[in-house]
Amino acid sequence: MLVIHCPYCGPRPEPEFAHGGQAHIARPQDPTTTTEDDLLQFLYLRENPRGLFRERWRHARGCGRFFNAIRDTTTDFFVTTYKVGERPELPGGAA
Amino acid sequence: MKARTTAGGRVERAKKVRFTFDGRAYEGLAGDTLASALLANGVHLVGRSFKYHRPRGVLGAGAEEPNALITVIRDEARRTPNLRATQVELYDGLVAESQNRWPSLEFDVGAINSVFSPMLPAGFYNKTFMWPRSWWFKVYEPKIRAAAGLGVAATLPDPDTYAQQFVHCEVLVVGAGPAGLTAALSAASSGARVILCDEQSEMGGSLLSERNATIEGVPASEWIAKTLETLSANPRVRVLPRTTAFGYFPHNNIGLSERITDHLASPPTHLPRERLWQVRATEVVLATGGIERPLIFPGNDRPGVMLASAARTYANRYGVRVGERIAVLAGCDAAFEAALDLSAAGSTIAVIADARPAGSVDGPGILAAKAAGLRILPNATALGVTGKLRVTGVLLGIVGADGQVVSGETIACDAIVMSGGYTPSVHLHSQSRGKLSFDEALGAFVPSTTAERTRSAGFGRGVSGLMAALQDGAIIGAEAAAAAGFAGGSLTVTAQALDAALSGSPGALPQLAGPIPPAKAFIDFQNDVTTRDIALAQREGFESIEHIKRYTTTGMATDQGKTSGLNALGIVADSSNRRIAEVGLTTYRMPYTPVTFGAFAGPARGDQFDPVRRTPSHEWAVARGGVFEDVGNWKRTRFFPVGGEDMHAAVNRECVAVRSSVGMFDASTLGKIEVVGKDAAEFLNRFYVNNWSNLGVNRSRYGILCRDDGFVYDDGVIVRLAEDRFHVTTTTGGAARVFGMMEDYIQTEWHDLSVWITSTSEQWSVVAVQGPKARDVLAKLTTDIDLSAAALPHMGVARGHIGGVPTILMRVSFTGELGFEVNVPAEYGSALWEAIYAAGQEFGITPYGTEAMHVLRAEKGYIIVGQDTDGTLTPDDAGVAWAIGKTKRDFVGKSGMDRPALKAPGRKQLVGLLTDDPSVVLEEGAQVVLTPNQPIPFKMVGHVTSSYFSANLGRSIAMAVVAGGRAKMGETIYVAMPGGDIPVKVVSTVFYDPQGARLNV
Repeated sequence: MLVIHCPYCGPRPEPEFAHGGQAHIARPQDPTTTTEDDLLQFLYLRENPRGLFRERWRHARGCGRFFNAIRDTTTDFFVTTYKVGERPELPGGAA
Repeated sequence: MKARTTAGGRVERAKKVRFTFDGRAYEGLAGDTLASALLANGVHLVGRSFKYHRPRGVLGAGAEEPNALITVIRDEARRTPNLRATQVELYDGLVAESQNRWPSLEFDVGAINSVFSPMLPAGFYNKTFMWPRSWWFKVYEPKIRAAAGLGVAATLPDPDTYAQQFVHCEVLVVGAGPAGLTAALSAASSGARVILCDEQSEMGGSLLSERNATIEGVPASEWIAKTLETLSANPRVRVLPRTTAFGYFPHNNIGLSERITDHLASPPTHLPRERLWQVRATEVVLATGGIERPLIFPGNDRPGVMLASAARTYANRYGVRVGERIAVLAGCDAAFEAALDLSAAGSTIAVIADARPAGSVDGPGILAAKAAGLRILPNATALGVTGKLRVTGVLLGIVGADGQVVSGETIACDAIVMSGGYTPSVHLHSQSRGKLSFDEALGAFVPSTTAERTRSAGFGRGVSGLMAALQDGAIIGAEAAAAAGFAGGSLTVTAQALDAALSGSPGALPQLAGPIPPAKAFIDFQNDVTTRDIALAQREGFESIEHIKRYTTTGMATDQGKTSGLNALGIVADSSNRRIAEVGLTTYRMPYTPVTFGAFAGPARGDQFDPVRRTPSHEWAVARGGVFEDVGNWKRTRFFPVGGEDMHAAVNRECVAVRSSVGMFDASTLGKIEVVGKDAAEFLNRFYVNNWSNLGVNRSRYGILCRDDGFVYDDGVIVRLAEDRFHVTTTTGGAARVFGMMEDYIQTEWHDLSVWITSTSEQWSVVAVQGPKARDVLAKLTTDIDLSAAALPHMGVARGHIGGVPTILMRVSFTGELGFEVNVPAEYGSALWEAIYAAGQEFGITPYGTEAMHVLRAEKGYIIVGQDTDGTLTPDDAGVAWAIGKTKRDFVGKSGMDRPALKAPGRKQLVGLLTDDPSVVLEEGAQVVLTPNQPIPFKMVGHVTSSYFSANLGRSIAMAVVAGGRAKMGETIYVAMPGGDIPVKVVSTVFYDPQGARLNV
């Protein structure tokens, strides 16, 4: 059971949270100019990195807020969590 | 108790305790374990091995015991198998049985396996039982499992209770041996909250087995008592005996299993049997000590062969002589110390055979043994043992200068104790993903880097010697507290002990290093793995230790390689000319020792397994014999049988009543979400496929929700209560996920919208009143709502009172009849239900359940999301494309459903099916095919989604998704069934009142 730092509530146990997949997937804004490739990227293609991963979480059984996190998939440990709209740099300057 | 010493030890000699083992009565002492009590009675034979059914005796004295697995029986329901006799505390009346033997422990038919053992090598089962393939699951595996079993669990429900507790602390100390006790003391001296747990009944660990050790100038036992007093007096310290730290979970979450009543003769009924602690510790100190390794020689598994540390524990702690005439096999200095203690307990030491290469400097243990005049045979090795159910002698060989072994003398003895050196117990460190390094001097792996905020202390990280361990614990404990923000803790301590070295060489004795290892030299006692099995695995090409482990099963299951792991590595390293460090290590898995299912389940069983949600009509329905079904966590009334009706008869009656007069239905389970804000309509425009801008206040509309991939996700009626306020209903099961999806888009996509949502599912009770007489029933209950068709048309909404209760009255229908849904604040729900039932009596109002609701909606072709759709249907596929707002620029799923593949011809579409034989009701889920009697595999073009017998139509009806279905109207296709393909005609999904005349009255 991980301890996850909700940017609004502080450290809370994992059962209070719901995982929401990869973060920073932009929803195409205008259907009239959205290409099939845009849709493919948006709907289906996801990273599965070994190492640092930006992902969405929701404090579902807490404040209900969505937020983002950088987690190391090899250790399960979080580097940081941050609010929607923010985008802190990854350690080491990676993407 | 012929093998009991006359004095000493920690048992209470005045308190006799009676128990039975395999039906025979014995006597032990308070403070005994089952193992020590059996040994005190001269009983060494306690079990049969897993695979070969070899007779086995007690090997260890604690968690490391691989052989003495027994079943403790309190009653039929309280039957605990696979307990280690070395950990079972004796109580008066204890009933224990051995396992894996028939008809008796002394004469076991299964021991025939031992005769055939050359035919039962590693991988035997995988190699032999390959044909016919279908026999594996049906015949081979069940038989093998039955033959190679351990204990048998109780079949009755567990009558005991189990508690669970979460707890936080700054420092968790695992293990209360010398290092653990000083770690707890020094950590606690800083003011930190400390938890100290130990798997044994008494704190002290290895100190409990010491004969002469002194700490701070007093005997170890006195120091332990004083230390526990200090710790117990500190309100920030929690001391947990009988508590095993079995698993190290992420972020310093440690699972502890506390055994509360297993050691009591009559457990008080108010106490739980066990408690599962989930500790979240800022810092962890692992003071887990070490486990002695057996030596590997032919017959090393015979009853009477035992670890030297165990024999020492039995002598010093329990006052039990494990033999009267004992041969000692030394692969480690500790064997000499054991010999001295066994001698002091009154046993004769027949010989100390030193199995190590000559040339090392004599340590304190050897010097003391020499001074005591014990017979020491250097350069010795064990070639075999005599005796079957108990050793009677050991055949020793002498290793010459050329490395050749010369067969020597057979020494008569009734016990053989051995020491191959000690292995630090790094299980928890390893579980926490800490790395290990091989300590060449110690001959074992020790913790190196950590992944969690954890430290090892004492012998758990290879620190040998009592004083060193005590001091290491004190330093590490203070460090841990400081790292958790509590600096300033400290402790100084001095001690004196013999301190025999604990180092050894893992692997085989010299005479086993040849090309063909002798038979029956066991590495893993619990899994019956011999040196030959390892050699065979290597011959067959298994090089990785992970592969060898799985092929031979060494180090697997409940044992997790406690006594065997390093020896297996040593042998693999020797025979492949690698260093142990190069061979690597297999993963230690949790649990350290088995944990009961009860502890994990805790109170979450029976009624408390899952929350139950009840509707306002629940009690009313129970009183009238309603039959319930589970829908999510809801209990919903499926049908209301009258006068002994079966479900079929009840549902038919309920369906006919709704269409001929009036029925009532508890629709409170529907999800409800209030959407509020100046952009509420715009939010719904973007979220649902429909257009909401043109929906008037006090009007409602059926909405379809898709995901962004264009597939139908949920549906429900949405009411506009005010310009900026909507009452959204969802499916019963979809309420939470629709709410979550709304939050997602509001929070992360559409920051420009001013809108808030609130779940109101629990705030509204809903009674659906449906049928031609529905208006007449409600007219009796309201004075302020105009129910006329002009004032309240289909999909109209009125505000007022029904039965005196504030109401949002929605004129909606999921039956195709004139219908209303009466929404009232939840606390009025059951009163409303009864009021409507009373008012409807003169019209013969009929409560109906979910089953009739399903039939009635299917008669009208109304879909149920999740039954008629499955996450792969677009609104067009489901026949509800009419709901899509055609002029909207964007909504969730618009781009998705516009993809060419989702508009291609031949997609599965929802259609109606009528069987040629009106009495045949199709099976939901059955496959649809275009032509009958096809060669296998049939080409399947869809499946039946809904199927019922319709009493109103006097025939069966069904809906199905069929590829290109709407273009096949009127055609005959088939539903493939084992009993023959059933011809069906493709029709519209609306079976009843296709013009909708009954709705608009």
